[in-house]
Amino acid sequence: MTRSLLLPLSAAAALTALPARANTVDEAINAAIGSVTGPFVSFIFSPFPGTEFPWIVLWLVAAATIFTLYFGFVQVRAFPHALALVSGKYSDPDDAGEVSHFQALATALSGTVGLGNIAGVAVAVSIGGPGATFWMILAGLLGMASKFTECTLGVKYRNEYPDGTVSGGPMYYLSKGLAERGYSGVGRFLAVAFAICCVFGSLGGGNMFQANQAHAQLANILGDYPGWITGVIFAGIVFAVIVGGLKSIAQVTEKIVPLMGVLYVGTALIVIVMNYDRIGWAFGQILDGAFTGLGVAGGLVGALIQGFKRAAFSNEAGVGSAAIAHSAVRTKEPITEGYVSLLEPFIDTVVICTMTALVIVITGVLQVDPETGTYLWNADLGRVETLGDASGVALTSAAFGSAITWFPYVLAIAVILFAFSTMISWSYYGLKAWTYMFGEGRAQELSFKILFCLFVVIGAAMNLGPVIDFSDAAIFAMGLFNIVGLYVLMPVVKAEMHSYMARLQSGEIRRFH
Amino acid sequence: MTREIFLVAYEGKEGDSGLLDYAITRAKRDQARLLLVHILEWSPYKFLTPQEIEERHARRKQEMARAQAAILDPALARVTAAGISGEGRIRYGNVVELVADTAREAGAAMIFVGRAGTQSVAARIFGSVPIGLAQIAPVPTVIVP
Repeated sequence: MTRSLLLPLSAAAALTALPARANTVDEAINAAIGSVTGPFVSFIFSPFPGTEFPWIVLWLVAAATIFTLYFGFVQVRAFPHALALVSGKYSDPDDAGEVSHFQALATALSGTVGLGNIAGVAVAVSIGGPGATFWMILAGLLGMASKFTECTLGVKYRNEYPDGTVSGGPMYYLSKGLAERGYSGVGRFLAVAFAICCVFGSLGGGNMFQANQAHAQLANILGDYPGWITGVIFAGIVFAVIVGGLKSIAQVTEKIVPLMGVLYVGTALIVIVMNYDRIGWAFGQILDGAFTGLGVAGGLVGALIQGFKRAAFSNEAGVGSAAIAHSAVRTKEPITEGYVSLLEPFIDTVVICTMTALVIVITGVLQVDPETGTYLWNADLGRVETLGDASGVALTSAAFGSAITWFPYVLAIAVILFAFSTMISWSYYGLKAWTYMFGEGRAQELSFKILFCLFVVIGAAMNLGPVIDFSDAAIFAMGLFNIVGLYVLMPVVKAEMHSYMARLQSGEIRRFH
Repeated sequence: MTREIFLVAYEGKEGDSGLLDYAITRAKRDQARLLLVHILEWSPYKFLTPQEIEERHARRKQEMARAQAAILDPALARVTAAGISGEGRIRYGNVVELVADTAREAGAAMIFVGRAGTQSVAARIFGSVPIGLAQIAPVPTVIVP
């Protein structure tokens, strides 16, 4: 793995001095893609009539709130049982060798924990101010109920094939679940619409955003150079894994990513402890900012929108992607996978995103006007002034670097690995949606995989603005169709939940360890 | 009179032939039955890619079928040919823990384990199956060189 990482780094460094012609390629790609994605992005993020709130964000948050109430705060009541399931206390020893709850959770997390937690939070805090953190945490907590609903359905309505492989996810529960309730036409429409959005989501948030931020991080360390160079190198490695079947790269990455996650949270805690005298102040900023905006343009609404947007983009609750990963678990009780999956937004957003936000706030990389004590707003950039004018992953890097000088190098490696593992996960989600629409087969699979690699190059070459906008729009669009199905099918989940809890209390479902 | 059960931790490696011969000899002498246990090393905490998760159930079936056909069936044939009653079990997990657990569950009187592979550096650093069993086995354990 070290060699495979060093090679792109040195190659990129060697190409740094290429002539201006390369930048023209970037600009050409930016112009072409930006003009195509613009109308789609505008539609998805258009405000709810009479408000400044994007209707799609409201859609996701309203759904998470409704699921929270409908399932009686399942994220609180089932939290201890979810931990018991993940630790294997209810796993039948005779099922050893099958995918465990822990493995499904870890794999789904490797698809969500990544740049959203590092770069996305920096974007939220620099645009919405520290208050965005509060709304992000709230959205994470509510999102646990959405994740619970969709992952239960993912297992319940998955397809099991004679060779023992399984395929699951919103495409299947939308078509099969709604057909069961007499809406087969609607179900089929929603499934196909979801699959189309999932392909876009996998190419956007699951690919272009990752490639873009990985390039930003490399350019931050190696000096500025054209993004397409990073894109071509990344695309080559992704191609080797998903087309060439070079599993060793994916397996090594999947092993290192959790360690990187632990290292990231551990270092964030160290930075917070190093600034222990500012912890109270930082929480004060987050709480004040959540309700007053602390002078940041957009005020409360701005903080709320940014917090909710980044939480949704990071933990993907209600989007439906995790249901694809969780549906492969071998369990007799679909609801158990729902319980396990509700830990995902908690770990992703409530723990990891909050750590990033706290480090950014506590280290003072957001510039404050010494006279007024409010944050300095840069109207041209549409965000708070930052140390060294950094944004996205560079801002998080600067925040960590201000406390631990060498950490940006570790963060650079972490960002690249996170980006890579997220790409591998999303290439799978996109492929499942693609084959749902076009059928299983080598030609269909290969065509998607080549398209996926092409978008790696495009993502790395584009400016942050168009990439983030398209990433957000594509991912949120998945939630549009998924949540319609979740509303129709939530009574199915409730029935499963009541049946399971009754058997758990009667002792019919027992602990093995 | 109920016949005693001797458990054989059977990896199916080249060196395990001597282990099986010794276990058969002892079982004959004590009129015991042999329980051959083959463990497929597995951790529920091992990280898998989405593709591996999708294929896991099918692979598990293949792995068990392969272990049965290539390892346990030939060994059980030798046991039966020697006139001894025997059965085989395949389990997934940690070798040392599962051998000890299976011995406990089956009420085995004795465990036989081979020493093949214990000379490696990794085995010396991290411990080997015989060393692990020496620490946690619930019944007398014979390490066959």
